[in-house]
Amino acid sequence: MKALAPWLLAATLSLAAPLSEAITLRVANQGDVQSMDPHSLNESLQLSFTGNVYESLVERGKDMGLTPALATKWTQTSPTVWRFDLRPNVKFHDGTPFTADDVVFTFKRAAGEGSDMKGYTNPIKEVRKVGDLAVEIETTAPYPILPDTLTTLGMMSKKWCEENKAERPVDRRKGIENTASFKSNGTGPFRLKERQPSVRTVLVKNFNWWGKSEGNIDEVVFTPIGNDATRVAALLSGEVDVMEPVPLQDVERIKAAGLNVLQGPELRTIFLGMDQKRDELQFSSVKGKNPFKDVRVRRAFYQAIDEETIKSRVMRGAASPTGEMVGAAVRGFQPDMNKRPAYDPDTAKKLLAEAGYPNGFEVGMNCPNDRYVNDAAICQAVAANLARIGVKVNLMTETKVTYFPKILRRDTSFYLLGWTPITVDSHDVLSSIMATPTDKGQGQFNLGAYSNAKVDELTLKVQSETDQKKRNEMIREAFRIHQEDVGHIPLHQQALAWATAKSVQLTQLPNNYMYFKWITQKSSPK
Amino acid sequence: MRRDVAPAALAVAPAPGRWARFLDGDVWHSFRGSPTAIAAAAVAALCLFAAVFANVIAPHDPFNLATLELSDSMLPPAWMQGGTTKYLLGTDEQGRDVLSALMFGARISLFVGGASVLLSLVIGVSLGLFSGYAGGRVDALIMRICDVMLSFPSILIALLFAGVGHALFPNANDLLAFGVVIVAIALPGWVQYARAVRGSTMVERHKEYVQAARVIGVPPWRIMLRHVLPNVMGPVLVLSTIQVAVAIIAEATLSFLGVGVSPTSPSLGTFINEGNKQLFSGAWWLVIFPGATLVLIALSINLFGDWLRDALNPRLR
Repeated sequence: MKALAPWLLAATLSLAAPLSEAITLRVANQGDVQSMDPHSLNESLQLSFTGNVYESLVERGKDMGLTPALATKWTQTSPTVWRFDLRPNVKFHDGTPFTADDVVFTFKRAAGEGSDMKGYTNPIKEVRKVGDLAVEIETTAPYPILPDTLTTLGMMSKKWCEENKAERPVDRRKGIENTASFKSNGTGPFRLKERQPSVRTVLVKNFNWWGKSEGNIDEVVFTPIGNDATRVAALLSGEVDVMEPVPLQDVERIKAAGLNVLQGPELRTIFLGMDQKRDELQFSSVKGKNPFKDVRVRRAFYQAIDEETIKSRVMRGAASPTGEMVGAAVRGFQPDMNKRPAYDPDTAKKLLAEAGYPNGFEVGMNCPNDRYVNDAAICQAVAANLARIGVKVNLMTETKVTYFPKILRRDTSFYLLGWTPITVDSHDVLSSIMATPTDKGQGQFNLGAYSNAKVDELTLKVQSETDQKKRNEMIREAFRIHQEDVGHIPLHQQALAWATAKSVQLTQLPNNYMYFKWITQKSSPK
Repeated sequence: MRRDVAPAALAVAPAPGRWARFLDGDVWHSFRGSPTAIAAAAVAALCLFAAVFANVIAPHDPFNLATLELSDSMLPPAWMQGGTTKYLLGTDEQGRDVLSALMFGARISLFVGGASVLLSLVIGVSLGLFSGYAGGRVDALIMRICDVMLSFPSILIALLFAGVGHALFPNANDLLAFGVVIVAIALPGWVQYARAVRGSTMVERHKEYVQAARVIGVPPWRIMLRHVLPNVMGPVLVLSTIQVAVAIIAEATLSFLGVGVSPTSPSLGTFINEGNKQLFSGAWWLVIFPGATLVLIALSINLFGDWLRDALNPRLR
């Protein structure tokens, strides 16, 4: 065997030599991208991945500031009208030029049936073509953060969508798919080469891209590896170059092996939601009424959860417990309101008794097990906490592939979700999570249908207020009401953890987006 | 041969006469002379005892969420630094006591293993008896079905069945989930019994006592059950002990792959799957102890079965 080794090495080298010109980056994530359609699911991994293929008018730079992408410049011509000048000489991957028609089409598509991006198109009244390379966007009311909301809306080709019968995004909630779920035609720095759902997805460099790539990656192979240990093993053995998220228990192990672990605060807030709409919970022992309609029950749940121990034990310190639905980096965060009510099972038990449940009750809980850092373990810890006050939680943990469609249909009584405000502004959380759900996209992720007319009113005001000071006061007021109502139970902001091989250099954004165009891989001795 | 098989099978019956005969018989002498058999039986009995009386002797109740201390999570075994005698074999990431969890897990593993063997035994023995006694086309048909079953790897059949079962009843309660797993393991298992029993039955049905019974007009089902069955139970008994071990491992495999018993009532396979995730971080006790328990149970039952086969086989005496 020993004598063979040099021969083997030589053989491998000679085989590798012709391939060594193309630099392949192998990326592993704990779950798969659900669709190639940029409008099908408003989820970070989904939008992060399709963000390499499809581009938006405005993008976020490495400092999270706005940078021009498919629009070279934007100006506000009146309080409700914005003009976007489009980048000339941009071509889709199939060679079709990118024009104002595609922008108008994209906004119509994203606002239409099946789209999960309605929350971003909801404030928009009309998108008009004012030239081949210019559009005007009119909003129903003044909307100062419009450019911020457009950073994840991937532009699609009108011609391609029509040819492929993909004029409408398909609703992931219904589990159906169309051509755009498997194929893609964007303007971005990478093209889709191969798509095998839950197996592997391959992107290759788009040599006709308008921009200048800072990285040197020619090909990206994306593989979902659900099992934590397997994912770590794949990185340690050199089978993948980048993997995310790093299981918190393995951070030390990976560092000890001489690999890089990038940790940073994430914008995402992990929280619990409760069904406050139905008159009887779908999954509970309480019949004829809904205990979550009683604020005392919600507060009891809140006070029964020992978030500090969850942070130190389940999250191994890599989380910031929060009393607010947004993290410190988000505009509108209120530092003095970031307090959780004290962990106090006795008070919680009293509150439950006052509400008429001295012996607690049973409730079903839904939880993903491959979406957020240690999500299933957090739910188990919450279930154990609630058992102390007599609430029996029937926990159902499952993969996000089945989890998301289920909770988006609102087939849940009690669930865990994480939310990153893509606009890095509190308005996103107000309108997606706290506002009463409407069919126009308001409250699209308010899955327990928490509803307070005052919050709805403030959300609309915040949307159009241009005076930053007044706006902040309104956000503050809305957050205060939400806190008092215990509309949701915030838990913590998790920390990002990516791990890479030594040869890889990349930029980690606090919204957990991974842009392959910024990744450089030094040729490593193979 | 025939005479001492039946009492062995019924040895647990308290009838003094039988018990005395058993103690004087070849099987008991062979057992006393085999240290392996004694050790295996002792270990198997210990595991069985710990599993059956888990709720009485386990130091903690790992399923009572209200007693879990999250601050006690991930403690190493007692003899290591940081371990406490409160949790002899350490705790998992939710603060569950590993030793107690193992006892409850072994209970589920043994229950599923035992139940699936019982089910495959009932199916296999009846089909084998029928096949061997009837002969002809019926025999050919049943044996071809057996051949087809044998041509699939048994874990594949179990996986298929468990997978389909879970897809059909996504919101199944624990009991239904158990049922699906038990049937999934029993399905490929019955073939072994059918073939063994059929062979013995074909030999037995030409013996004089069967002929005599037939002549005096005993109905065939009665001949099969009362006359043939007791005399073909020897190989079945041996097969069963070994099949229990196989079934326990099959259940662990299914649970490890995530299609086994529901996660709310974890078996040894579920623990190994969970512990596997923590392997790199140095929490070896979460996977080594459940793994070792599984090996211990399977090995002891297998060794005992091996001895039983030798003891009951007149040619090896």
